Amino acid sequence: MGETYQHQGLGRNLQKQLLGAWYERIARAPETGTKLAYTFVPGNVAELLRVFGFELVFPEINALQSGIKKTSDRLISIAEDCGYSSDVCGYVKTDVGMVVSGGCGPVGLPLPKPDLLLCSFTGCTTFIKWFEALAELHGVPLVMLDVPYIREGESIGPADRAYVVRQLEELIPVCETVTGVRFDPDRLREIVKLSAEAEDLWVDILLSARRRPSPLDAYFEAVFFMAPIYALRGLPECVDYYRFARLEIEERLAHGLGPGPEERLRVVFVGPPPWPHFRAFWELFKKWGVVSVASSYSKVGGFWDEGFRHDPGHPLESIADYCMLCYTNQHLGMRADLLRRYVRRFEADAVVIHSVKSCRSFSMGQADLREAFIKEDGLPTLLVESDLVDPRYFQEAQLRNRIDAFFESLEHRRIVGAAAGPA
Amino acid sequence: MVAFERLAADARAAWDDPSFSVVRAWKEAAPGRKAVGYFPVYVPLELFHAHGVLPVGVFGGGAGIEIDHANSLVQSFVCSVCRSSLELGLTGRLDVLDAMVFSNICDVARNLSGIFHRNFPRLPVLYLHYPQNPGSSAALAFYRAELARLEGALEALSGRASSEEGLRRSIRLHNERRGLVASLYRLRRERPEAMDTSELYGLLRAGLVLPAEEHLALLRGALEAASARSRRPRDTVRVVLEGSFCEQPPLELLEILEQTGCHVVDDDLLLHERWFDSPVDEDGDPRTALARAYLDRAVVSSVRYHGARRRGEALVEKVRRHGADGVVFCTAKFCEPALLDYARTKEALDRERIPHLAIEFEEKMGVFESVRTQLETFVESILFFAEGADTLRA
Ligand code: SF4
Ligand code: SF4
Repeated sequence: MGETYQHQGLGRNLQKQLLGAWYERIARAPETGTKLAYTFVPGNVAELLRVFGFELVFPEINALQSGIKKTSDRLISIAEDCGYSSDVCGYVKTDVGMVVSGGCGPVGLPLPKPDLLLCSFTGCTTFIKWFEALAELHGVPLVMLDVPYIREGESIGPADRAYVVRQLEELIPVCETVTGVRFDPDRLREIVKLSAEAEDLWVDILLSARRRPSPLDAYFEAVFFMAPIYALRGLPECVDYYRFARLEIEERLAHGLGPGPEERLRVVFVGPPPWPHFRAFWELFKKWGVVSVASSYSKVGGFWDEGFRHDPGHPLESIADYCMLCYTNQHLGMRADLLRRYVRRFEADAVVIHSVKSCRSFSMGQADLREAFIKEDGLPTLLVESDLVDPRYFQEAQLRNRIDAFFESLEHRRIVGAAAGPA
Repeated sequence: MVAFERLAADARAAWDDPSFSVVRAWKEAAPGRKAVGYFPVYVPLELFHAHGVLPVGVFGGGAGIEIDHANSLVQSFVCSVCRSSLELGLTGRLDVLDAMVFSNICDVARNLSGIFHRNFPRLPVLYLHYPQNPGSSAALAFYRAELARLEGALEALSGRASSEEGLRRSIRLHNERRGLVASLYRLRRERPEAMDTSELYGLLRAGLVLPAEEHLALLRGALEAASARSRRPRDTVRVVLEGSFCEQPPLELLEILEQTGCHVVDDDLLLHERWFDSPVDEDGDPRTALARAYLDRAVVSSVRYHGARRRGEALVEKVRRHGADGVVFCTAKFCEPALLDYARTKEALDRERIPHLAIEFEEKMGVFESVRTQLETFVESILFFAEGADTLRA
């Protein structure tokens, strides 16, 4: 696309630059005196931490970057030598492998140890075990942020919100002690406002997938476009990033461009991708002209397209709600309804579930979702299995067979359906 | 005095029955009785009791049921207790229940609550979030609200409100039960010839289906009978059993532990009847007492965050306290909380030169020979070669 268009490739390239600079800042933190807060992506409380000048480190992002750079298998085997089972979360093992082998980060720069280890229990119980391990390995105390699950048939209750808000208030003096910076509520409001601006722009990009053809692959591309909203949210450069990324999308809309040469089938994608085989996995779908128009994983950290915004009028309350609303903190029924809404709003033809063996937070219940979609909604649904960072579980031939069989029959049905014409 | 063997057989008949006959009989004995299931590990049993509701532990189907339907809804890399508990439901065996309670022990159990919700529309699913930040000043109010939510559901089901005095009575009864369980554990620790681990396990497990009063009588009788039992002591090593806090190991595995010479001095089986390390307060506001006990005095387990206390240190301390020679990690296949804790606690044991062995089980494992060999080798190595083990008794 490059020559004739002005903005194509902007989202990708700028993302790389921003993340590169971020990893540099992390590596140089001991020299610059910047304090590092390690925390998790889903429902992260970046806005509050930024008030104190923390640079944020997300062990999950380090793990997935190692997956993309194909170093995760070596790190996983280091962790397994330390006693980690082959059946537990690959992200944990990749990260533990990184720490015990000397603390070199995924981009080849050092990962200094945390000044604050903030364990948010946002949708995954493994988070607690993970940060307990880091607390021991780094000799740094763990600070807990307990986040109640959203229960079947309910939304966030007042007792839930009060609990999370109070814990955020308790976090403030901890951050003051670690950084020596005093809490400034006005600064928090400014940061929250910057978050909300970036969120608006990000939602514009996500909703553009309603168009035909969709200008963006809301899974295979969105997982890269989403990085700044998780890693850099609350910073001005995050807002700038989404402004530029939106230019790229607008240009695609203006010229009827899509992520691939043609859009034959639209799907809603569920589950994290197999990072070490990302390209190969995408190819298996591209071949059928499959475009993802919505996905759950690109919202793993937060659900802005469903209306949530960080709110400068109620900063702590909105941060608390953000924590609770993340995808894996919602009960299965809510997840199913969300995916159904996506199918309707984005006019998808099918649902594809990539079920990750070592991440039960996502995968447990996916077989039931599949059954529900097929039996209750008559929605064609494909479920394939591998892993997010453990390349041992990526069986390409087997995946290809299943994917080909599914889309072949989907295409066939469409042709037969079209020939029969409207009833 | 009833013979111990007879009581142990009664206990087994009560729990080892996937059709929950004991629960059915209890419900049929009077109109309007309600029974509510709970998935491991812990529930505040006192609240059920105070509303006249029978709490029923749904801790899997063991080796006794075939898995025909659950496999299409739960993937292969998930623990068997989830699969078989779902199968119990899909085959109508849980029809005897009026609701089912799940909690935040792990991601699998959280999501299993959703699978139950969709597959059993007539069975209300209650979900409890146990506070994982016990150090927060807001944890008490939050947990009290959780308990109130559970009470509301129990009240709606049973049509019976609970009084403060009634709740206090329930706390006293359950304190007594926990006290008896502690005495039984002490007896097994001090005189292994009084009771096998598999027998003790059966006595406790009967409490998953029996009304508290009946269970209390069973335990009381068993304590008396076991104390009077005289069997020949065997040559054994003292071990702590760790990692079976949710999915239950096959009974055969517990028997093999004994046959190979492991004297289990403590374990984390069926923690719900031993959840607190001291009695729940019997005076004052009973709801606050239950909540405070959970926050301040719950035993260390893999499904709860315990503040700065390191799991490895807690395990080493347990080993020392009971004068154990080693640890047998007995973890359910695919159980992430147990497997992740293993990696951390094993290091602490290595540092202290405490011997340990890891074995993995599934509900329907058929062959135990390799486990037996592993255990035999482990016991022998402690008995004859463990210069490093400073608690060596051989
Ligand atoms: S289990 Fe899944 S959600 Fe949890 S830490 Fe691992 S990859 Fe992340
Ligand atoms: S056995 Fe482990 S993984 Fe399975 S439900 Fe219990 S705690 Fe969760």
